[in-house]
Amino acid sequence: MTPLVLTRFTAVNALGRGIEAIFARLKTGVSGLAPCRFEGVKIETYTGEVAGLDDAPVVERLAEFDCRNNRLAQATLRQDGFEHAVAAAVASYGASRIAVVLGTSTSGILATEHAYRRRDPASGALPADFHFATTHNLYATADFVQRYLGLTGPAAMISTACSSSAKAFAQARRLIQLGLCDAAVVGGVDSLCLNTLYGFASLDLVAREPCRPCAADRAGISIGEAAGFALLERPDEAEATSGVSFLGYGESADAYHMSTPDPEGVGALLSMQRALDSAGLEPGAIDYVNMHGTASQVNDAMEDKAITRLFGRDTPCSSTKGWTGHALGAAGITEAVIAALCLQRGFLPGCLNTRAIDPGFTSRVLRDNADAKLSHVVSNSFGFGGSNCSLVFGRAS
Amino acid sequence: MMRIHLEGVGIHAPGLVGWEQAAAVLAGRAGYDPQPPARLSPALLPPDVRRRTTEHIRLAVEVASQAVAQAQRDAAQLSSVFASSESDGAITHNICEEVARETPEVSPTRFHNSVNNAPAGYWCMATGARGPSTSLAGFDATFAMGLLEAACQLHTEAEAVLLVAHDTPLPEPLNGVRPMTAAFGAALVLTRDPTPRSLAALDIDIAQPDAAETALADAALETLRRGNPAARGLALLAALARATRAECVLPYVAGQRLRVTVEPGA
Repeated sequence: MTPLVLTRFTAVNALGRGIEAIFARLKTGVSGLAPCRFEGVKIETYTGEVAGLDDAPVVERLAEFDCRNNRLAQATLRQDGFEHAVAAAVASYGASRIAVVLGTSTSGILATEHAYRRRDPASGALPADFHFATTHNLYATADFVQRYLGLTGPAAMISTACSSSAKAFAQARRLIQLGLCDAAVVGGVDSLCLNTLYGFASLDLVAREPCRPCAADRAGISIGEAAGFALLERPDEAEATSGVSFLGYGESADAYHMSTPDPEGVGALLSMQRALDSAGLEPGAIDYVNMHGTASQVNDAMEDKAITRLFGRDTPCSSTKGWTGHALGAAGITEAVIAALCLQRGFLPGCLNTRAIDPGFTSRVLRDNADAKLSHVVSNSFGFGGSNCSLVFGRAS
Repeated sequence: MMRIHLEGVGIHAPGLVGWEQAAAVLAGRAGYDPQPPARLSPALLPPDVRRRTTEHIRLAVEVASQAVAQAQRDAAQLSSVFASSESDGAITHNICEEVARETPEVSPTRFHNSVNNAPAGYWCMATGARGPSTSLAGFDATFAMGLLEAACQLHTEAEAVLLVAHDTPLPEPLNGVRPMTAAFGAALVLTRDPTPRSLAALDIDIAQPDAAETALADAALETLRRGNPAARGLALLAALARATRAECVLPYVAGQRLRVTVEPGA
């Protein structure tokens, strides 16, 4: 594909608000995971919670959108000059020429969970101040972001579990290529809720301690919440950019099982191979793979297998979920932003919390952080239902 | 403007069961009797898998199977776009009820079926499709959003795409805040180039907000169209059924419209 540039990118997650806060903790190896205190949940686990959302409602003019997911979206749009970069794009292209393509897994479902505790005892009705369409509905956060930024172009909310916000890059790229827009706000937002905490616990996929990706003794995931956005433009039209390009994408389906990835990693391999094909790069050109690396037994083992088959034993790879937790529908954008930071700043993250890499693994999984000049990075996101997406980023020439 | 071609249609809704029967109703050659259709049991799903699925999932698999059969395509080779505004409302209701309790007990099967791409996951498993598959939501713009994404895939990377649009009513109390009148599912097999099996060409454009949404003349069909986000696609299916060149206008995002010109036989 013809490369696009990330004019600006930003993120908010358990590591902090904005890319400087996030990078500082990546560099110093400080995790954002903490014992779960969310909503009195009775599960012994660690979560990656974003502090300060309870006291920060959405802007008054969009009050009916107020919920944790949209608060997280708003907090993120306000970091790193992102909303100003979008305003500049509006000035040059027009509001109708900028798309919004986002991903989420559970949107603002927490608002419904709260409303279910306040049902009318006689009729069972939900409280009158509950706004379903602008909070819980899957499209609500794309709608919110579009309105907050004053955009009127094409929009979509992708909801393919944990690959959602990675796939946003692919869909946005198609819109730009076909001239349906000139620029796109891509990304994703997923906030903590009881559905996912109790749901993953029911599948025995939740770790008691902070997750340890790729460790021999890995014992499951830590759930996090996160949001991130990138502004994508054609390189010849963008002015000041982040110095990072979006070079390619690959999408595939496992066709194997609803909640377990194919242990042979066939779908994962397909998505990485298609991403390289789309970028026009050979495996040897990739300097680092940011793994999906959830720290579940099956995911990490199959991903190691797929990476070895495609890249051999020498390409550095790691999962950064020991820092952020697994942000589900926002994992794709969270790790795309980390990949972009790695490219910008010549940084290779290790696997935080992991004492020893699984001795059965054959790819070159990094335990410790390192510094290295990087040209091309792959970021993987794999989800329930066997939904896979791999992205390729590079330093803009 | 993007031109794409249509090879197969699947439909399952009250009084509209399969394209042959539905086309006669939508073209006005037969009367519309909105009887609830029979409970679905798609043959594509093996019995042990079928037991783990929900009505919402089975509806998607049923209409997808119909469309692919008419197109005479190998389902494993198709990319897919699944479009649903509300996902699986019965599961949403059940889990939200459960987590409101003192000691929640969420069923693991229900939880993994709760993801919006569960229907896509079951479809890919049943057919062995390992191509790109996406699942989208766009409130009342859901059908148009799915159609536009399918057209974008066809004009960039795919030769044939399966589009599935389906929504099932939410149980109370959720139906009170997001009312739907009936379940509706439709599927289209779309291709980039015309083929000997093409039923029509579709020319797709984003139109200005002042273009009026196309309504259906029959009051009961119009109630169905307005009563389910996926059923907004009925305007397109009605144009196709009439077998004359016709334009239809579908609700899209930010108050905009998607204009689809249906040219039968092209």
